Amino acid sequence: MSTTEAAASTGTNGNGASGYRWVGTRPVRHDGLDKVAGKARYAADLNLPGMLYGHILRSPHPHARIVSIDTSAAEAMPGVKAVVTGADFPEAPPKGATRNLMCTVIARDTVLYSGHAVAAVAASTRREAKAAAEAIEVTYELLPHVLNISDAMADDAPVLHDNLFTRGVEPRPTEPSNIAARTVYERGDVEQGFAEADIVIEREFSTQAVHQGYIEPHACVVDCDQEGKAVIWASSQGHFMVRSSTATVLGWDTSRIKVIPAEIGGGFGGKTTIYIEPVAALLSTKAGRPVKIVMSREDVFRATGPAPGAIIKMKVGARNDGTITTAKAWLAYENGAFQGIAAMLGCMCVVSAYTLDHLYVEGFDVVLNRPVNVAYRAPSAPAAAFAMDSVVDEIAERVGMDPLDLRIQNCPSQGDPTPYGPKWPMIGLRECLGAIRDSDHYQSELPEGQGRGVASGFWFNIGEASSATVNLNENGTATVITGSPDIGGSRASMALMAAEELGLDVHLIQPVVGDTEVVGFTDVTEGSRATFATGMAVVEACRDLKEQLRKRAAKTWDCDVEEVEWVDGSAVHGPGEQEPLTLAAITGNAKRTGGPLGATASLNARGAGPAFSVQVADVSVDQETGRVTVERYTTAQDAGTAIHPSYVEGQMQGGVVQGIGWALNEEYIYSDDGNLENPGFLDYRIPVASDLPMIETCIVEVPNPSHPYGVRGVGEVGIVPPLPVMANAVADATGVRITDLPLSPPRVLEALTAAES
Amino acid sequence: MKYAAPTTIDEARTLLAGDAEAIVFAGATDVVPQMRAGRPEPSMVIDLKKIDRLMSVSLDGDTWQVGAAAPSSALTSNAAFAADFPGLTEAAGLIGSDQIQNRSSLGGNLCNASPAADSVPALVVNDAVAVIAGADGERRVPVADVVTGPGQTSLAHDEIVVCFELARPAGGTSDAYLRLIPRTEMDIAVVGAGVRITLDDSGNVSAASVALGAVAPTVVRVPAAEAALVGSSLDDAALATAAAAASDACNPIDDKRGTINYRRQVAGVLTRRAAGIAADRIRTRNGQNGAS
Repeated sequence: MSTTEAAASTGTNGNGASGYRWVGTRPVRHDGLDKVAGKARYAADLNLPGMLYGHILRSPHPHARIVSIDTSAAEAMPGVKAVVTGADFPEAPPKGATRNLMCTVIARDTVLYSGHAVAAVAASTRREAKAAAEAIEVTYELLPHVLNISDAMADDAPVLHDNLFTRGVEPRPTEPSNIAARTVYERGDVEQGFAEADIVIEREFSTQAVHQGYIEPHACVVDCDQEGKAVIWASSQGHFMVRSSTATVLGWDTSRIKVIPAEIGGGFGGKTTIYIEPVAALLSTKAGRPVKIVMSREDVFRATGPAPGAIIKMKVGARNDGTITTAKAWLAYENGAFQGIAAMLGCMCVVSAYTLDHLYVEGFDVVLNRPVNVAYRAPSAPAAAFAMDSVVDEIAERVGMDPLDLRIQNCPSQGDPTPYGPKWPMIGLRECLGAIRDSDHYQSELPEGQGRGVASGFWFNIGEASSATVNLNENGTATVITGSPDIGGSRASMALMAAEELGLDVHLIQPVVGDTEVVGFTDVTEGSRATFATGMAVVEACRDLKEQLRKRAAKTWDCDVEEVEWVDGSAVHGPGEQEPLTLAAITGNAKRTGGPLGATASLNARGAGPAFSVQVADVSVDQETGRVTVERYTTAQDAGTAIHPSYVEGQMQGGVVQGIGWALNEEYIYSDDGNLENPGFLDYRIPVASDLPMIETCIVEVPNPSHPYGVRGVGEVGIVPPLPVMANAVADATGVRITDLPLSPPRVLEALTAAES
Repeated sequence: MKYAAPTTIDEARTLLAGDAEAIVFAGATDVVPQMRAGRPEPSMVIDLKKIDRLMSVSLDGDTWQVGAAAPSSALTSNAAFAADFPGLTEAAGLIGSDQIQNRSSLGGNLCNASPAADSVPALVVNDAVAVIAGADGERRVPVADVVTGPGQTSLAHDEIVVCFELARPAGGTSDAYLRLIPRTEMDIAVVGAGVRITLDDSGNVSAASVALGAVAPTVVRVPAAEAALVGSSLDDAALATAAAAASDACNPIDDKRGTINYRRQVAGVLTRRAAGIAADRIRTRNGQNGAS
């Protein structure tokens, strides 16, 4: 048995296994009671004396030039204290990420999507603010718009940005277009690969844009004082990001802004950027009063999100023995109104779960008249996996192999090259494939009339910058302060790692999310990085503290520090001449041994461990209505080490559920005039609880050697496999392969009807 | 916007008659979301839930009187009512979430005049009569005649639906309601189908009613489907003919909830299935009676 297999086989879904006392246990989360009792404070819950309400006026057109804005009527309306338009904000540079952020927060000369912010009002009541915003007169000169990839890439397409020239094409284009960038990864010779293959399958796929669907709409309260300083209370995935982004949009120095993190009601990547904070800040500055802005659900759908839709052409070659040798992929991803890197990420992910001799992957990032893309759990990977794993399923059928065995046969290992360059570090894909193959679900007989589908998924995970401060209190408890908002149980994870290091009961540790002035810089929570990277900072600070504790004990005992060990929360005298000193005994006496004990660690976390997930579903399909019912679903995912297994399982299940929604029913429906027709949860159909069976989980643990406890990020990869899993299961149930998402009842029935005739 | 909560029908009617911009609500489960979505606020909202007669559900001889503002949960928890009208009870129980069902009402569902209202096809197949209070006293109107188009009713501004009268079904009769939604709950019908049938002693259909929702501006009664079922033993051929008739009776639109073709196809499927469920209910009940 290899080391990785041995490690995986000890994955016991967490009971303090692997020799840990706290890591791998399931204590009640520290923030749990407040959340279930409704006492947790979200940004919209805050009210300050004298506070005004902001309302943002949004464009009713998908593409138009702003000819003029007349705010005089609005300013004269009752209760109105301030009005701002794009002209009140600093000029944006001609192009680049800074322009994109600034022009997303508020439009300047041109609106680029229906819902684009144009102006804003602060007034004494919500109603007054809304009425005044609607009284702002905007004169638009309508421009032709494009809403989908094919139209936007056409030669005669209306161009969104006249200074956007496709990157990655030689020679550089002389005409601007909506194709922001071209990305290519290649290895070997695909034409030779296809010529030598026994089987070649070529298919075209499409997926629809979807929204992250967080329950809490964006909200903030901003209070600017007469010195020009601002305090921002906001819900986000990173308050240092809110500080820097707000400063960028306003042209302010970051030291003018303090951001206090509110509890977050879901983000899934969608709160890694800002929309409303700079608007509230300018309104507050003008009015001299605090300003609250809370987006409506309709605004959230019209102006935030989405994860992009994509078109992917996939051609894959394999030998009769099931060895996949060659893949050629053409990917085009929506970017929204401003350029992003969606296609580039798709290119990097599309064949990552497979070893290949020959590959050619070409991607196109395309701008169009929709809100700009924002991250959503493993951005771009789900559509890519949908294309590749649908084709792989067909190959397995053609060669007569079990689809999991085929994937195991083609699975990359440590040291193999990734499609995008570097070699794979230690990864757990093979273990995840094995875990599903050996699962009760996969071993069970498929009930009559149902279909079964499997698929795998990959996500990079990242490290980035994190800080932590750990203070030991005089009563022997500890306070752990980090800069990562608790978006998925990270308070509990931080406390567990600190408990393990210090040898303290986890409930004697108070985990705190600190504001931008009490804790060191911490990057936004993305790439499943909080438990990995911020956890590393917590561990480093705790290890510093253990050194300090040993020194205090040595001082108390008047011995050499080398004679002191830290064991189970106490200083132990190696030679055995002293009674052990507990942490509480040392902290209680700290004033006499050198003062309070605290430590801070700030770091750039390196070595994020790649994440893989493998999943299986059984579905039934109503052949007369096209309705798909998920009967059973099991997911296996490599967590490295599960610090708090319940929250690892929660992340796994949450990703699966969102992926099922993407696969089955979620889509943006635009009218011909470019307006979103389903900006609400009634007609934008995320799954409800009764739509789904309990998602069964299998935590696989192939420790990440770069983390002190072996942690890999777990927040994202779970959303990758469900798209191909559902398509493969529906194909198995009906004999009809559908390559366009969502697999909504009308689309499935249409495909079944077409296949019959 | 003013709020009024009258305790008598006369009081409610007087308020309504005195204010051309006032509206009534029975549960407000449509009105509140509509106002949040931008519907202009009325000058006054008149809450009908404080009027006893609009809230009561009772059996008067052989006629059920269902208050127009009685919550759906008052029907789904009423075993005697549910035994007489299992399909209508199901339809009432499909509206919104559990919390919504403590507010939502048959009167509100009807007068909101959505083509997709779940309870309306089920009321129509059961020949429900709406009792409407107006300036000249009360009038009785078949439910099918109340709604005239999406968001439009035949009610005068100062008229209020008080209750529904439903005659207890004859022996050998039962109903069923099915709807197609992409999810399992918290959704709006893409197609709805209500069916009531009566079986004679030999198991053949002696009477049938078929009504469809969400496939036309108002609920659609399908006489051709009813004719196909009557006299049959609910054999495959009769059911297929009824299904085809239901599909043909649709006059749907393409919208965000479904396409014309999809609605036509599914209307037939649901009609056939609902007929089967209603028949099964009769047979089960007869079987139980036979055993007792």
